[in-house]
Amino acid sequence: MAKSTYLEAGRRAVMEEMQRDDAVWALGEDLGRGGVFGQYKGLQEMFGAGRIADTPISEACIMGAAVGAAMTGTRPIVEMRFSDFALCAVDELVNQAAKARFMFGGQMRVPLVVREPVGMWRSSAAQHSQSLESWYTHIPGLVVVAPATAADNLGLLKASIRCDDPVVYMEHKNLWSMEGEVPEGEHVVPLGKAAIAREGRDVTIVTWSGMRHGCITAAETLEGEGIEAEVIDLRTLWPWDRETVFASVEKTGRLLVVHEAVAVSGFGAEIAASVAEALHFRLKAPVARLGAPRIPIAYAPTMEDEARVTPDKIVAALRRTMQPEPVS
Amino acid sequence: MTEGPGPRRDNFDRERFLDLLALMHRIRAFEEEAISGQKEGLVLGAIHPSIGQEAVAAGVCGNLETADLMLSTHRGHGHTLAKGADPLAMMRELYGRQGGTCGGKGGSMHIADFGVGMLGANGVVGANIPIATGAAHALKLQGSRQIVTCIFGDGAVNRGPFMEGLNWARVFDLPVLFVCEDNNFSATTRTRDMTGGAGAGARAESLGIEATEVDGNDLVAVDAAARAAIDAVRAGKGPRFLTCHTYRMTGHTSVDPAAYRPATEVEEWRGNDPIARIEVALRMAGVEDAQLASLHRDEADAMAQIARSARETDWPEAAGAFTDVQDMGDPRERAF
Repeated sequence: MAKSTYLEAGRRAVMEEMQRDDAVWALGEDLGRGGVFGQYKGLQEMFGAGRIADTPISEACIMGAAVGAAMTGTRPIVEMRFSDFALCAVDELVNQAAKARFMFGGQMRVPLVVREPVGMWRSSAAQHSQSLESWYTHIPGLVVVAPATAADNLGLLKASIRCDDPVVYMEHKNLWSMEGEVPEGEHVVPLGKAAIAREGRDVTIVTWSGMRHGCITAAETLEGEGIEAEVIDLRTLWPWDRETVFASVEKTGRLLVVHEAVAVSGFGAEIAASVAEALHFRLKAPVARLGAPRIPIAYAPTMEDEARVTPDKIVAALRRTMQPEPVS
Repeated sequence: MTEGPGPRRDNFDRERFLDLLALMHRIRAFEEEAISGQKEGLVLGAIHPSIGQEAVAAGVCGNLETADLMLSTHRGHGHTLAKGADPLAMMRELYGRQGGTCGGKGGSMHIADFGVGMLGANGVVGANIPIATGAAHALKLQGSRQIVTCIFGDGAVNRGPFMEGLNWARVFDLPVLFVCEDNNFSATTRTRDMTGGAGAGARAESLGIEATEVDGNDLVAVDAAARAAIDAVRAGKGPRFLTCHTYRMTGHTSVDPAAYRPATEVEEWRGNDPIARIEVALRMAGVEDAQLASLHRDEADAMAQIARSARETDWPEAAGAFTDVQDMGDPRERAF
């Protein structure tokens, strides 16, 4: 094990996969200078401008070109800079990449990875802060991945690059500089497998991406009150690890789903509904969800924080789940 | 040899144009069969016929190698047949039957045949342009001598991906031929009423892409222009742009009566039928009427048999709805 930042782990994943497989290449804006966050730093020097391709600010064409290149025997890594900008390329991702294999009767696949940095970081306002993972979990054909740790950013990105399905890979901008232990040798994390980030017997928290860390903080806060929360980091949102979540809720009898995205129609609703359907009679409390209010994210910290899911809010939601209001 | 008089006698490749004429008859017969299948309620989805535009498909794709790649549009039967796809498999696809080009999962607007380099029709106008550009980008990365041809309609030039794709192809000097098949209509609206400036070719030129235009109902002219452009692309000279001016004889879809245009205009274009025009040229080159008639009949008869075979083919298994979705995850999760 060695210390690595989340950002460096992602860079290493791209580097190792490009060394392993000549068909892998990356395309996006400013990649030659390392990408907007430095997550491609030094790679153009290493692999050349052909395989680390600087592109025009043409999101639709970046995504569409990757679809065509994936159909033509290469494995493109698409850099979208901010997930908000990927909305300029939704036709190419949703109507083309996700559908081509099925529509064309399985003649080919579209093995591409779309890196879409997501999430709130300080004062980036409404067009550089969103978490839109539920848009993509809704689309048949797509895999959706949201790593929360440095080791997972290495292992999940490598697995995503090797996956033959189109993968929407959502790194959290607020985690770039976060350090963690990362294996020094080959490290591939299987897609579709959750991680139990913290074990507990009283309540299950299902979360992903940046919220993993807030949930662990909240769980540690409640530990002093004798409440043991289990924190499950889904890591892959589609397909999500039902077995791990169901096993945990069978044990605890309580579920809180926490995500940074707007709660309404968030992916937490799918998990809450699935657990409620499957485990209704095992539940000691109603399933609960915690996400952002349905407001655009503001610039000024006072207003911005209204959209932020904090450890304090998670603690409060956990207390409600531990002691639900009786039906009057 | 009994060649008749005519200005092109010395360099007119009679056998080649007879083959391309047969292809144009095949395309027209395919679409006429598809339309009658639809009238019978057997072809269920929308059909966008290219009747009247066959010289573009034949003249452009006739200059491509099988290994070359081609992307088409919602109005793509002609291009797909011209690239070498099996008409029976295509007809079965339109009928939604087993053995369809895409196993019945795509229908008319989503036919692809990767075995002949046909990377897909597309239900979204202009969406094939970035995909074609990316395919050409991959070919360049791979050092291939293959090229990509991307055919789209005049409506596509008003979409953003048109500009993005052309600019990209120029910036990376990619082996791609863009063909604007200008049939005058964006669905049911005249394209010229919705287009600023001088249109498709001028937009390409503004991005540094050499553009030519040709009478798209003149097979000989399309063939020559396409060959010149394809030769340049294959020689590594970067992208080229070719506008073929033609006319959509039917409505936007087979059920659109196209009442938004005067009958006199349609009649005028009927006199400019690309099949009739190449037949005139072939007669001038000494081809007998009887040979032209039998060539037409053979293609029409073959296509009628293909349509009969298609309608006699079984439906695909319903379970196919859950295959080819994706490797990860179970598409049957939450299936009824």
